[in-house]
Amino acid sequence: MKRIKCECGHVNPEGTVLCEACGKPIEENQHIDGNDKKKLLNMRYDGTARRSQTYNKSIVDKIWSFFSSVKVGVWLIVLALIASAIGSIFPQEQYIPADAASRDPAIFYEERYGIFGLIFYQLGFHNLYSSWWYMILIALIGVSLVICSLDRFVPLFKALRNQKAKRHETFLNRQRLFSETDEVTNEDLESVKQGLKNQRYKLTEEDGHILAEKGRFSRWGPYVNHIGLIIILLAALLRTTPLFYMDEYVWVREGEQVVLPGTDQAYYIENKDFIIENHNPNDERFEEAIAEEGGEVPSNYQTNVAIYQAQEPEVTGAEPELQKIIDSNIRMNQPAKFDGYAVYQSGYQLNEFSSMSFKIHETDDPDEDALGSFTVDLTSPESEYELENGFRVEVTNYYPDYYLDDNGEPASETNYPRNPAFVMMVHPPDGSEPEISFLGIGKNIDATGENDYKVGITNFETHDVSGLSIRKDYSLPYFLVGAIIFMIGVIQGMYWQHRRVWIRPKDNGILLAAHTNKNWHGVTKDIEKSISGTNVNMVKDQQELDE
Amino acid sequence: MSSNNLIELSGTLLYTAFFLYLIATVFFSFTIGNKRKSDGKAGKIGITLTIIGFLSQFAYFITRWMGSGHAPVSNLFEFMTFFGMAIVLGFIIIYFIYKLSVLGLFALPVALIIIAYASMFPTEVSPLIPSLQSHWLYIHVTTVSLAQGILTISFVAGLIYLIRQVDQTKTTKQTTWLEITIYSLILFVGFILASTLFNVMNYNATFEYPTTGNTTVETEYHMPAIAGPTDGTLLTDGVMEPWFETPGWMHGADAGRKFNTLIWSFIFGTGLYLLLRLVFRKRIGAAIQPLVKNAKPDLLDEIGYRAVAIGFPVFTLGGLIFAAIWAEEAWGRFWGWDPKEVWALITWFFYAAYLHLRLSRGWHGEKSAWLAVVGFAIIMFNLIVVNLVLAGLHSYA
Repeated sequence: MKRIKCECGHVNPEGTVLCEACGKPIEENQHIDGNDKKKLLNMRYDGTARRSQTYNKSIVDKIWSFFSSVKVGVWLIVLALIASAIGSIFPQEQYIPADAASRDPAIFYEERYGIFGLIFYQLGFHNLYSSWWYMILIALIGVSLVICSLDRFVPLFKALRNQKAKRHETFLNRQRLFSETDEVTNEDLESVKQGLKNQRYKLTEEDGHILAEKGRFSRWGPYVNHIGLIIILLAALLRTTPLFYMDEYVWVREGEQVVLPGTDQAYYIENKDFIIENHNPNDERFEEAIAEEGGEVPSNYQTNVAIYQAQEPEVTGAEPELQKIIDSNIRMNQPAKFDGYAVYQSGYQLNEFSSMSFKIHETDDPDEDALGSFTVDLTSPESEYELENGFRVEVTNYYPDYYLDDNGEPASETNYPRNPAFVMMVHPPDGSEPEISFLGIGKNIDATGENDYKVGITNFETHDVSGLSIRKDYSLPYFLVGAIIFMIGVIQGMYWQHRRVWIRPKDNGILLAAHTNKNWHGVTKDIEKSISGTNVNMVKDQQELDE
Repeated sequence: MSSNNLIELSGTLLYTAFFLYLIATVFFSFTIGNKRKSDGKAGKIGITLTIIGFLSQFAYFITRWMGSGHAPVSNLFEFMTFFGMAIVLGFIIIYFIYKLSVLGLFALPVALIIIAYASMFPTEVSPLIPSLQSHWLYIHVTTVSLAQGILTISFVAGLIYLIRQVDQTKTTKQTTWLEITIYSLILFVGFILASTLFNVMNYNATFEYPTTGNTTVETEYHMPAIAGPTDGTLLTDGVMEPWFETPGWMHGADAGRKFNTLIWSFIFGTGLYLLLRLVFRKRIGAAIQPLVKNAKPDLLDEIGYRAVAIGFPVFTLGGLIFAAIWAEEAWGRFWGWDPKEVWALITWFFYAAYLHLRLSRGWHGEKSAWLAVVGFAIIMFNLIVVNLVLAGLHSYA
């Protein structure tokens, strides 16, 4: 390796721009930071030798240089930004509204948004954020984060550790803030030093050369926050495995007990009651707003549940014994939590029919006296009902959620008993020909008009259904740790700055120069305070305004 | 005090704050001719009034909270008002670091426009729906809002920088974009003018239009219908017939009415802009350039950068981390690619890119200032367009 020996005696690695020890610019390397024609020094990373700027032969070097460029990093961020924006033009697949005529993405996008919707769908933008290319984009940002950080952190850390108080004259006079004072008394110098100390600068002295430094730790902020981001990206990777993340949904009727999906049959849940409450429309505070909303604003969705754990049955194959572990009232923002699982209130269906009772009477009986009656359990209807007095009723068709389809044929919209309807064959006890009846809510149709017997609905019972999400997410702590580290790093880097002031004796006077990585206003004020009452000249801002 | 009295009091306090900001702006304008660094009496009075105004608005926030029983950040009016307050707070913080009065001359009017804009939406206290009943509502919303307020100061500094630095002696890309920026701000004023005018006239026209699933709904227009609802019928007699129908591809709740409001905002905004051009007989940017000639560009540049440096961590905390924690509590997923979440991420990406670009040469000064303008546009897009157009879990009103 070709090392560069500076006139101060320090040996710098190849590619160094400013001597690590004394800061003297290494003239033949100024082009590396694009700084060959500038008066001011480019102080980025303190002019250290960065791998990416030094080696460019092998393919590894080239990849390294590519990803270590901030420009490339910014481009990746901008691409991710544009891609994210595109995905928000139309709803993503999971946000296709429930009231859409068709929720099939192949139909929905074109039907609602026309040609642009069709293109959106065909390009796969309806699942943009889980597409392979979006993932790759985010992964590339991750790679860029790692390489950028390593490329800069290592040399910068070495340079700041090796820095000397004694700096070369050109290093000082080519700083942005610089002044030269011809005559400075010892008292004045002491006063300046004291002034710097009072502002919590750490002073290092070497043969009358002074380095005053504070907030160096803020230089590590970017690297700390990048570590946080990498942890978050790794956590996101973990979360794609079922070991760390599980997401299920289940509908549970009131009174029903079901196994919780995604728990390997280990847990059961019982829906004891579903409660929906509205805000009081007469509440003086909200009267107007509630009236505007049509009189009903929900205040609570709640499912009261009991959760059971299945015990290993003593005989293999036998029903497991259930042991209750918690009773819980699950509400929005208040999930039930147990053994690493969380159950959320996510949906509801009011007034599903649980059972319907019917009676048979003679069609021309004005009193409609019951000749027989039966009850259909709508969650498990039987195909035939034998009545006590010899009638037999055959349920030939059952539509749990009845509607007339496009062809005018009866059909069921869902499998849930929300609007049950039946086609029933009534077999009279005398063995005569069976009669057909069509029955539903508010419908009782005698298709032939010649039926001797009529079936009527006498009673029904309803229940509510709760939609519950079940989640297990062991990746959360990693995300949290990543987020905390990111916040520490970003605060460390943004709310503190690394300020340095150099004083170099020259004849009877001094050279004074300063550098900060951010907040020049702050460091200028520091110097102003430190030199007040002395005849040391205030530093001039030599910034070359925008090129 | 009963809750309704408290809510009434809170309304008065908000008006008070509004007028104090207005007067403070006037005092900041007196500092223009001043060449010295400290701005003398006018500046001191300006900042004092700003602080009293802020305290008054803070009292509005607290009394409304006490009156309604929940933090007033739950609908568009409350949220935008809070955002206005955050801008003022951001300005006060930056003012005490840099003591630059001209910042107040622009920051306060931006806050005033935001607050006036907010009050054009329904201002009644609304009860909280179940998904909003969480402490995270105010922890998340206030933090994001504060961050956006601070980031807005970077826009204000950038805007002043551009007004100061863009060469107005000839027409260039820069002068055109600067005019577009100013014109966009004036559009908000146009919206406020149109809403207020038709509100005073008590204009009302009812339409009926079909929605999905063979149902029809009624909608009330409070501005004369230039664009009626798609396939809508006018039910009110003796009012203006719509000139055309809202195109069918515009969806969402009340797309027609919102589109019509947008048209009126453009009419009034453009009218106002042209009037100003007529009065000044030059570009607005050129007309206000003399006001800012004493501001030092490098200081403005630094303020713009500093505001992002301060605001970015706060935004990350409120807009991404707190948001994720709440989403996890409420829905069991801390991130769901809802449009609002996506646009929070976009905002974050944007300012991350800004901070990285500041590391390179050539991105200080004017380019930075333009970036600050774009950043503000993204924030406003997320506050307004995402809520009103790209409906999702966050759609209010």
